[in-house]
Amino acid sequence: MPEETMIFKSSAEDTKELKMIALAGNPNSGKTTVFNALTNLRQKVGNYPGVTVEKKIGRMIVSGEREVYVLDLPGTYSLAVRSPDERVARDILLGRMKDTPQPDMVVCIVDASNLERNLYLVNQIQDLRLPMVVVLNMMDTAAQQGKEIDATRLAQGLGVPVIACVATEGKGIEALKTAILSGSHSMPERQWRLPEAMEIEIERLAGVISECMHLDKTTAFAEALILISKEDEKKSGWLIGKKRIEECVKEIRGRLTEWGINWRSAVVEARYDWIQKILKDIVRQTGSKKIALTDRLDAILTHRIWGWFIFVGLMAIMFFTIFSVASFPMEMIDHFFARLGDVVKNSMPPGDLRDLIANGMIAGVGAVVVFLPQILILFFFIGLLQDTGYMARAAFIMDKLMSRVGLHGKSFIPLLSSFACAVPGIMAARTIESPKDRLVTILVAPLFSCSARLPIYTIMIAALIPGASAWQKASIMLAMYLLGMVGAFVMAWFFKKTLLKSQTPVFIMELPPYRLPSFKTIVLQIWERSLIFLRRAGTVIFCFSILMWALMSYPKVLDVSPAESLRGSFAGMIGSVLEPLIKPLGFDWRIGIGLVGSFAAREVFVSTMNIVFNIQGHTSQTEPLRDAFRNATWPDGAMVFTPLTCISLMVFYVFAMQCISTIAVVKRETNSWRWPLFQVAYLTGLAYVIALCIFQGGKLLGFQ
Amino acid sequence: MNDIPLDKLAVGQCGEVRRISGNAHVSQRLLEMGLTPGATVEVIRFAPMGDPIDIKVRGYHLSLRRREAASVEVSLKTK
Repeated sequence: MPEETMIFKSSAEDTKELKMIALAGNPNSGKTTVFNALTNLRQKVGNYPGVTVEKKIGRMIVSGEREVYVLDLPGTYSLAVRSPDERVARDILLGRMKDTPQPDMVVCIVDASNLERNLYLVNQIQDLRLPMVVVLNMMDTAAQQGKEIDATRLAQGLGVPVIACVATEGKGIEALKTAILSGSHSMPERQWRLPEAMEIEIERLAGVISECMHLDKTTAFAEALILISKEDEKKSGWLIGKKRIEECVKEIRGRLTEWGINWRSAVVEARYDWIQKILKDIVRQTGSKKIALTDRLDAILTHRIWGWFIFVGLMAIMFFTIFSVASFPMEMIDHFFARLGDVVKNSMPPGDLRDLIANGMIAGVGAVVVFLPQILILFFFIGLLQDTGYMARAAFIMDKLMSRVGLHGKSFIPLLSSFACAVPGIMAARTIESPKDRLVTILVAPLFSCSARLPIYTIMIAALIPGASAWQKASIMLAMYLLGMVGAFVMAWFFKKTLLKSQTPVFIMELPPYRLPSFKTIVLQIWERSLIFLRRAGTVIFCFSILMWALMSYPKVLDVSPAESLRGSFAGMIGSVLEPLIKPLGFDWRIGIGLVGSFAAREVFVSTMNIVFNIQGHTSQTEPLRDAFRNATWPDGAMVFTPLTCISLMVFYVFAMQCISTIAVVKRETNSWRWPLFQVAYLTGLAYVIALCIFQGGKLLGFQ
Repeated sequence: MNDIPLDKLAVGQCGEVRRISGNAHVSQRLLEMGLTPGATVEVIRFAPMGDPIDIKVRGYHLSLRRREAASVEVSLKTK
């Protein structure tokens, strides 16, 4: 690491101006680590208005008293405004984002082991002529690859301060802080050049843009560069309807084509040419060019045979841990809240308030907190996979399969996670860049049978085949899981063809070098996700839990058994009203109450049925309820829980979205009520139709 | 001339990018990721199911599907 040779001194007026800096950089450049190092835990995560792009802002404290706001821009490869992320980054840097002031300085983080491509974004941002500091991060990885980088000469070449860093070890962070505080506020002129003829034409276009849009020269020139090479410029929004600009672009393109200049690629080529020029002699390859560790690892991890073994093995470990390790704290949490409810029940006089607190509120909070263990574990694994670089390989391996239904390799992990619980799975879909693909993934995620379906499958299998062997149980269970998976892929394919029609997602993905994970970054990420879940989804889950409690306890019928009281409640009434509707599926009003009661959470079905059938005491065992099921009859004496009804009910639960937490999380992740409501409607409809087909079809074929 | 689409290169073969055709959105992305005319690319490996491809360009690894790779024309180059 080069010694700090310059002594940074700045006058008080100079430093006063610096209020907010923005961090920019490519994905995988270690931007988050630098952000964490600069701000420690003083950070807040939110959303930009109107888009689902995460807004991360933190505070950097300097010399104990001064504060500078640090804005972490979304990681992008370019500012060409093709994705929401790029648009947000560009709008902020140009001071166009509502509620976000223009940053006073940009700190560009580049991966030292991958300089050429990383400097492309730096070059683009330099056009905007904001004060800038470049962070040469991951100097250790570069050194491992035998690359020696002369930071001082790079600073000369770029015309901005360059600070060498290993952010994961905190190296260079102090120097970076100093450089930020004393950064120069004047930027060098643009150094890279287009072919001369094009240079003149772009100046002209910039003039027109500047006039029409009342922009300063620098911004207008930056806009002109984007506009000239962007074929779908209509989509860039704010230039729509500016006829003069459109015509000017068309005219210039015509002329450039005549002169044999490819306007599609000329700007990008000129930028890369300049980068190559300044990097000459700055990066030196020392030592023997031994095969990098990453290449050796990839030879195994993406191997045709070993690749699969390792991939399946890792997924199995992750899945197993979520299922097994999480179940213990989940039981504890469950227990704790049940206990808490008992304490309240014993210490308060009976009445509505006591019931509200014990059965409504405490149970509601419990319903939220019980998801935390699974979320924590899943995000620990996802953080680990992402930080080490394996996540990109998982997408690389799975892409071919996922592309068959029009999805992207990155959809795999969120979908697989949904086997444990759709809530963290849907939150994990954030790694998918294309908004439509992300939405399709979210829409089908609940079809992967989550752990909450297990108790239902278990009791229904017991009712279907009393004393079933382990093999029989396992194969029916497996059939349900497979049915959900097939349904998910069919629906994904269907959505991609119709509602969310879009080009098959482009799979152009960097395979970053493998790295040792930074646990601090992972832990911080888990912390953020958990807070988001508790704050945003938690409130909705809590409110609905209270609502469901109210539906099942009012109106009050006094002095009757719990079963009759439930029948007289709103939930019971809904169950009775539903009977004609669900009778074709083979369900009676009692199952109707179960469906209503478990609308908030599937697992409630079993406890609701325990109340309906008046089963007291050993509610944790399946036998009493199973026997009650087998004895239940329709008014005409026919059995309710025939094999066909059992199957129909199980299949209903495979498809139906009986989960408030999922609804709340989808609302939070899509920023609107439209998609969660659509999802409930389509999944419930699908569940109804398929259960109907099975029951009626089965009857026609002579089954019972 | 003997320009061939990138997806037709064998593992270990190198090529020099000549031009990118096809979908504007895709070609812009590929250009920005460093696949500009004149850049050298090397096919490192294919995914276990034969698609996508892992290529090396400008010193880093990039993966892309065969379909996208087909729009990149290269001329064979010795290492």
